[in-house]
Amino acid sequence: MKTDAKICGMGHSMKRKEDPRFIRGQGNYVDDVVLPGMLYMDIVRSPHAHARIKKIDTSKALKIPGVLAVIDGPTLEKYKLHWMPTISGDTQMVLPIDEVMYVAQEVCAVIATERYIAADGADAVEVEYEPLPVMVDPMKSIAPGAPVLRKDKQGKKDNIAFHWEAGDRAATEKALKECEVVAEQDVYVPRIHVASMETCGCVADFDTAQGKLTVHMTTQAPHAVRTVFALVAGHVGLSEERIRIISPDIGGGFGGKVPVYPGYVIAVAASVVIGKPVKWIEDRMENLQADSFARDYHMKVSLGAKKDGTMTALRIKTVADHGYTNASANPMKYPAGLFSICTGSYPMKNAFCEVDAVYTHKPPGGVAYRCSFRVTEAVHAIERVVDVLAQKLKMDPAELRMKNFIRPEQFPYKSVLGWEYDSGNYPAALKKAMDIVDYSSLRQEQKEKRARGELMGIGICSFTEIVGAGPSKDFDILGIKMFDSAEIRVHPTGKALARFGTKSQGQGHETTYAQIVAEELGIPASDVQVEEGDTDTAPYGLGTSASRSTPTSGAAAAMAARKIRAKAKTIAAHLLECSEVDLDWEPGKFFIKGVPGKFKTIQECAFAAYTNLPKGLEPGMEATNYYDPPNLTFPFGSYICVVDIDRGTGEVKVRRFVAVDDCGNIINPMIVDGQIHGGLAQGVGPALYEEIGYDEEGNVFGGSFLDYYVPTALECPKWETDKTITPSPHHPLGAKGVGESATVGAPPAIANAVVDALSHLGVTHIDIPITPDKVWKLLKAKGAAE
Amino acid sequence: MKHHIKVTVNGAVREAEVESRLLLVHFIRENLRLTGTHVGCDTSHCGVCTVHLDGEPVKSCTVLAVQADGRSVSTVEGLEQGGKLHPMQEAFTEKHALQCGFCTPGMLMTTSALLERNKKPSEQEIRQAISGNLCRCTGYLNIVKAVQHAAEKLS
Repeated sequence: MKTDAKICGMGHSMKRKEDPRFIRGQGNYVDDVVLPGMLYMDIVRSPHAHARIKKIDTSKALKIPGVLAVIDGPTLEKYKLHWMPTISGDTQMVLPIDEVMYVAQEVCAVIATERYIAADGADAVEVEYEPLPVMVDPMKSIAPGAPVLRKDKQGKKDNIAFHWEAGDRAATEKALKECEVVAEQDVYVPRIHVASMETCGCVADFDTAQGKLTVHMTTQAPHAVRTVFALVAGHVGLSEERIRIISPDIGGGFGGKVPVYPGYVIAVAASVVIGKPVKWIEDRMENLQADSFARDYHMKVSLGAKKDGTMTALRIKTVADHGYTNASANPMKYPAGLFSICTGSYPMKNAFCEVDAVYTHKPPGGVAYRCSFRVTEAVHAIERVVDVLAQKLKMDPAELRMKNFIRPEQFPYKSVLGWEYDSGNYPAALKKAMDIVDYSSLRQEQKEKRARGELMGIGICSFTEIVGAGPSKDFDILGIKMFDSAEIRVHPTGKALARFGTKSQGQGHETTYAQIVAEELGIPASDVQVEEGDTDTAPYGLGTSASRSTPTSGAAAAMAARKIRAKAKTIAAHLLECSEVDLDWEPGKFFIKGVPGKFKTIQECAFAAYTNLPKGLEPGMEATNYYDPPNLTFPFGSYICVVDIDRGTGEVKVRRFVAVDDCGNIINPMIVDGQIHGGLAQGVGPALYEEIGYDEEGNVFGGSFLDYYVPTALECPKWETDKTITPSPHHPLGAKGVGESATVGAPPAIANAVVDALSHLGVTHIDIPITPDKVWKLLKAKGAAE
Repeated sequence: MKHHIKVTVNGAVREAEVESRLLLVHFIRENLRLTGTHVGCDTSHCGVCTVHLDGEPVKSCTVLAVQADGRSVSTVEGLEQGGKLHPMQEAFTEKHALQCGFCTPGMLMTTSALLERNKKPSEQEIRQAISGNLCRCTGYLNIVKAVQHAAEKLS
């Protein structure tokens, strides 16, 4: 560590600066915002997956004292606000005019003086529907001749949202034909939901006198939202300088709070029309049924290899169920995100992947679950099929991985699908994980248990992540490049204010960004105030998602701080009456080379910046940096999971979970461990319990916490975490993103462990979530249930 | 129909005219403006609304305000006494047992009540005690560690 505990730069496990308010119940979440005269909004939602709206009768609702208005599609149509773009450039209804396209779709909204009265009003609205045929199966939707779902799109003749591919199809087909062994596996990664503990909501506040709109909302990307609002509502006079988005404390985001949902837009429209603040807060069932969905990838995976296990070719064909609209937040150039990371940690000579995204009568899909860029799906496919190959070759899965890994000396490594992996040391991470877990002893234990009829499995996942979108040449959201920003002001007394275009939802930015400034300037992190989330004050940025904050805004913080340090050096030379070349730096002070006693502190330089400047130097001590990363960062890790399976109930118990992560240089080890722990729990959920499913009528299973099973403390093991450190060569601090790594890496490790436990019964694959029901049926079929 | 209720909240007597259907959590958050107690689900699963009712942890989304009439409620705002944090609050910071902070008040109320009835809970007892409080950020391990840490400090 370069800094001492007083400065608390990188590498210190500084206690979080945001904790004092949270442990006292003094956080400021959106539902805590109360404005004078504020009204409440409640939404009437469709019980049908596809229906014609014949009539909306609001008369009973409007008779309830306190109900002020009902806003429906025709109301918004008057202002041409009934449609909006999604972040990926698709379109969706804000409120319908004639047809609903999924269960829980917004039909109309009731505005009332109180929360309970708004709910009464919503109950009293009577909507008459004519049910229409429902399409829930993406395979039927993609088939030629299927009825066209998105009739709103002129000339649309099929249900394809997009087709995207990467790699050489013909060469990969040929290579697979020539392979000595091909492991083939259908892998489904189901629709899941982030289920952040706080649902979505906003308080829209239109100031009729100033013509200014302020929206307090649960958004991970406040600036992007401001621009989208300006683009969508410019024609009704909402101009970008008169829109202020304030993202207060957010109770978990995980990507689900990136998009703009209809509820936000309706609340804004209501506030503009009525001229009073309007609060809209989803309840949990609305949240689980209407927005924030992720995954839903049906993948056909083929992995070709030589008999000795050398992998040579990979092909993945995917049908992606996007529901009613493509609601993902992927860069325009990459509609299937970074799915082409699917060759993973292995040097494949030939590879091809393709994604056909289809529309169905389900809520908008493809948003995010601690990974919006489809890396989870890619890693699940490759890490699952590697185990299928190992089983086929009767090789140990650890040995097969070790044999194939991209070697440390091959970095930077150019993958056949076009990515330049910045750095890595895969064998080191796997070896460390195997040592911690004592792999050979576990295999021995498994052998003994198997002989006694007990079911125990060991699963490995050696993932390669790709985060930090991203370089502007490749990455944009609706045309806005995915750089991010930092602005630092050093006050005369040497304390600092730092503002960012990102927005923490629990990641601890107020602490870690302060530590970056401390590292670079030597100003104690405790003296650095970090602010995010207010578009009137923070510099522009694309927000926090997909583990991009440290790779982008974190880098921007370092670069802005370095500009300030350069200016401080000029001032120090002036104060010490020497030349700048005669000065050396240690955190917090410039001193004359060889004379450590003659120095000026950064605080003294800051004071001089406002009081005693060298001639010709601009006063003040501020800097801004918009950081456009030269490449993405490629964190990686090896996870080993040990499971025991109850033959009587089919229940899978995760006994041990060892996670060795490499996210480059670490800003705050305590916070990184916390990120890994949380990510692992969000790996256990989808691997074993979580799924949003639909019946043939498009009704949801998993639409409340009654049947969407989020893991509790009882399902989560005592995580064992460790690190290897391979710095990113291009990030100014050598850091990489880390937030989503564990959620990406954990599910295949768990699935591989379960399959490993059952492999002697001839089981080669089980789709996640691996519920007790699924395992018990399998055991029963194999005659192994108790 | 409105009811007159009298509830002792964090030591102070609070009176109000409330509807029969008003949930305790909304009475606390909206009538009293004590917003540390949160709402996270509609089905009593998540526990972010946990408060103490006569010293016992309850999910305040599943209690009517009228049921609290004549009783004593304490919320996360009542944990700090005389400018001194509750050991559990300190332990949560010390062990990094919170991230987004949304489940934290409920976790603090559940775990502080646990230590009232069990001075030295085992890891399994802690996990069992918080199994009605969901957290999406921490993976629970640091919460378990915080409870152990607070138990040690209190003993």
